[in-house]
Amino acid sequence: MKRFNFETSVGVFMVIGFICFAWLSIKLGDIDLFGRESRTVVARFVSISGLKPGAAVEIAGVQVGKVTGVRLDSEYFEAEVQMEIENGVELQEDSIAAIRTAGIIGDRYIKITPGGSDVLIEPGGEIIETESAINLEELVSKYIFDKD
Amino acid sequence: MTFATPFKKLGDQSLFFFEAVGRAGIFLLVCLISMLKPPYKLHPIIRQLYFIGSRSGFVILFTGLFTGMVLGLQGYYPLAKFGSEGLLGSAVALSLIRELGPVLTALMVIGRAGSAICAGIGIMRNSEQIDALECMAIDPIKYLLAPKFVASILSLPLLTFIFDIIGIIGGFLVGVALFGVNQGTYFQGMYSSVQWIDIEMGIVKSLVFGLLIVWIASAKGYFLHLERSGGFGAEGVSRTTTDAVVISSVSVLIWDYLITALMI
Amino acid sequence: MSSAKDQLAIEMVNVEKTFGQQRVLKGINLPVAKGETTVIVGGSGQGKSVILKHMLGLMKPSSGEVRVFGRDLARMKKQELYEVRKDYGVLFQNVALFDSMTVFDNVALPLRERTKKSQAEIARIVEEKLALMALEGAAGKYPAQISGGMQKRVGLARALALEPKIVFFDEPTTGLDVHKSNEIYRLFHATQQQLKYTAVIVSHDVPKIFKLADSVALMAGGEIQGCMSPEDFQRSDNPLIRQFVEVTMGPIYTNDKEEAVSRETV
Repeated sequence: MKRFNFETSVGVFMVIGFICFAWLSIKLGDIDLFGRESRTVVARFVSISGLKPGAAVEIAGVQVGKVTGVRLDSEYFEAEVQMEIENGVELQEDSIAAIRTAGIIGDRYIKITPGGSDVLIEPGGEIIETESAINLEELVSKYIFDKD
Repeated sequence: MTFATPFKKLGDQSLFFFEAVGRAGIFLLVCLISMLKPPYKLHPIIRQLYFIGSRSGFVILFTGLFTGMVLGLQGYYPLAKFGSEGLLGSAVALSLIRELGPVLTALMVIGRAGSAICAGIGIMRNSEQIDALECMAIDPIKYLLAPKFVASILSLPLLTFIFDIIGIIGGFLVGVALFGVNQGTYFQGMYSSVQWIDIEMGIVKSLVFGLLIVWIASAKGYFLHLERSGGFGAEGVSRTTTDAVVISSVSVLIWDYLITALMI
Repeated sequence: MSSAKDQLAIEMVNVEKTFGQQRVLKGINLPVAKGETTVIVGGSGQGKSVILKHMLGLMKPSSGEVRVFGRDLARMKKQELYEVRKDYGVLFQNVALFDSMTVFDNVALPLRERTKKSQAEIARIVEEKLALMALEGAAGKYPAQISGGMQKRVGLARALALEPKIVFFDEPTTGLDVHKSNEIYRLFHATQQQLKYTAVIVSHDVPKIFKLADSVALMAGGEIQGCMSPEDFQRSDNPLIRQFVEVTMGPIYTNDKEEAVSRETV
């Protein structure tokens, strides 16, 4: 009976430990264990200041995907952002991708505003219309210089 | 007392120190090899998992809960000043997963299990029980230490995960239930800011800490008879156990820095 | 010559051991004959236990050889050493029972770890050994719950569990009263009759131990001062042996006149 007890408690401990691990890695670590179908879409920005892989992609405030990669296009000196969008969500050709900040010092994320076109973006395609990150310093200085 | 005496003393002491470090290094290798070498016996490992893992559960629950609650309190005020309460979730989760979870779990396990391993093996060395095993042609490292190594390396990550989750719940209690941060914001901020790499760092840390703890505790106990200050008697065991706790706590913090610097 | 060598279970040849600056063993030569009982006597701190640890392979000599059945322990790999030790049984000075295990588990441990016997068979052997030591009722108790004499008997049962060829006794009767030590000696004698093992005993229970010994060796000044039969030992003219015998046994009888005098006084 005693032996049964301590083996049970080891079992319970291991199970709880692994459940916690699973929750951490699936929910927080973005490990797609069940492989929700998604596709890659690209967008180019003049500046992404501070957007990082893993950042959320939202439509109307709902997360529909995440940023998977950021690289510099050395020909045009633009930032090329790869993101994964869930397959159920369709993007029109004239959708607009904008980089926004949650709060004043919060995380950067990409906000997509749907367009009205009938033509949809193919998997691997590009969102043409983009808005770069709003740079606070630039905004402030613009405000000051405009006054002159 | 001649001119050379202080030099001789210094040389003596450094020789002794390097001898102990080298011995512990070889000991680690031998332990790891005999841990991986068959035959594997499940029952001793389960016993050790019970002792190092299950029995640490309650301590981890309490420390984890209160650490998370303190993080919630401490994080809320500065974030609220900038109107960024939405970051509370990610602040709590990131500091727990990357840093506090592995380190505090390791320190708790040192206090609970590391000291007990060191004292237990030290007493077995003192009362010739280890010699008795040798004379029965039973390898004391395979028989006594290998299960402890397996159990410690396995328990630490699991305890750390439990600590993280409980801590996140603690932060949730303070942030959401007490200060009224939006529940969705708390978790959504967490989901989007925590990366797999953060969890990976937590896992690497807790695995390394698990190895460090069991290594230092068992090496200290196993080589009790070679302690410079004379490791005999109850006083020897208690002194060596104190040493083991101090050394492993300090090494955990040092390695914490090294791993963070390497993986960041 | 070779046949004489074959009769030896253990042979120590010119074994020296130094700890730092201190020379503890200064060239030990000691043969242990097969099937016989060799007793090593000597004052405290003379290195008797060190000799035993060399025979067990727990210590490596600084120089010299420790041959067990003709093979040198000092130059053996760990695995070979474990092979040799399969033939060993040891009763430690403080018994060294595993205090976290019951008496039964203590005796069963070498059987479980070293043999592939089934649990039922192991249980049978353990019961048999415990019965031999008159310990039937104590199987479920922990070492701390039984008396010192019983602990020694458990230690002996554990040492004999694997039916060893050589059994080592480190101070088997220290800390026991006369009655209990007689009991240990009786059990030792009975089991040796039955199992025919070679015995090496380190003891200072002189003269009682002489009754059991086939040969006696005195350890003094880092050397073995002769290894001979108990009778020869008591009449030896080696000054160190004489001194030892006089201190531990009172005056010895060197000639008829002295003997007659001492008989009168007794």
